[in-house]
Amino acid sequence: MVYKKFIEIGTVVYINLGPHAGKLAAIVNVVDQNRLLVNGPCSKVPRCVVNLKQIKITQFRIKMPFGARAGVVGKAWEKANINALWAETKWAKKIESKAKKASLSDYDRYKLMKIRQKRSKIIAAEVRRLKKSAKSQ
Amino acid sequence: MAKQPHAPRNKPLRKGVNRYSRSVMYAKRYAFKHRKNVTKVEKRLDVTHKLKTIGGDKNGSTRFVPTKKMPRYYPTEDVPRKLRSHGKKPFSEHKRKLRSSITPGTVLILLAGPHRGKRVVFLKQLDTGLLLVTGPHKLNGVPLRRINQVYVIATKTKVDVSGVTIPKRVSDAYFKRKELSKPKHGEGEIFETDEQKYTVSDERKEDQTAVDKQVLAVLGKDEYMKGYLTGKFSLQTGQYPHNMVF
Repeated sequence: MVYKKFIEIGTVVYINLGPHAGKLAAIVNVVDQNRLLVNGPCSKVPRCVVNLKQIKITQFRIKMPFGARAGVVGKAWEKANINALWAETKWAKKIESKAKKASLSDYDRYKLMKIRQKRSKIIAAEVRRLKKSAKSQ
Repeated sequence: MAKQPHAPRNKPLRKGVNRYSRSVMYAKRYAFKHRKNVTKVEKRLDVTHKLKTIGGDKNGSTRFVPTKKMPRYYPTEDVPRKLRSHGKKPFSEHKRKLRSSITPGTVLILLAGPHRGKRVVFLKQLDTGLLLVTGPHKLNGVPLRRINQVYVIATKTKVDVSGVTIPKRVSDAYFKRKELSKPKHGEGEIFETDEQKYTVSDERKEDQTAVDKQVLAVLGKDEYMKGYLTGKFSLQTGQYPHNMVF
């Protein structure tokens, strides 16, 4: 398996676990084989040490020198427009839809079920129609 | 500069034992200088005593009697002993609580009883603390009924029942179960008298239609609400109540 994403200074990571779970941060420095120093001033992540097991590497990378302070990181982050780019990714959208689904009330779930049934009916009717016309040809 | 608090003049050596005695402190405080001359307050006999007319010949026509009589009994204990039933209130005086998630118009999911799984509309809390709900009966067969809030999940869905008026006779006494007469086995009457079966009274039917008419009118405003109340609630695989939002 070829690795495509690497731990580099400036790589934007998604923190999965811990107190800052669900947020993005940039790698500022590497502590040792297992730990990183990260900082996400534009995403409310203070300068802190995280374990590699707590994070997931995203496709984004910002240009900044190692050990850069929060101000520098923040500027580079905004220049690269990471927040907007992240919101467009499928990954971020999946997270959002999962959260939405979990927050649905009982009535919302019922309405969702009914709407899906409606949609399936429309699709099924169209498929039937296409099949019929294909058969008659 | 703010006034600094004075160090304690009479430092405690031990709990309850101070360095200086009362008389020494009197001198230290220069209390003789701060003494206020207390003017003697005259005893107002017209307030504390009253003239009372006495009947009978040789009793003297009037007597000067204190307005407030001394108590005729002093208990041997300072605080009277409390009864065993002290603080224990009868059920009728209990404080009724209602979960904050349950407000008039909330859709509730019934968890127990013959109507378990059904979604109903909460109308109001009765005097005994039980919840008055209605299906509406047309949608799911739940009549005007009482339920305990313990057997209920309150969903976030609310319906506006502020305009719904419930007939005044609908109360706890209205719902109280009536004892059905069982057949008495008299001589030669064993198979003759039938057991009285429960039948829905006309007054119940009247009240049901009156209330449901109003509730259904409100429910009709939302496209999916009627269907929602018709169906039953059930858990599917992967659905865990502690993880779900209702």
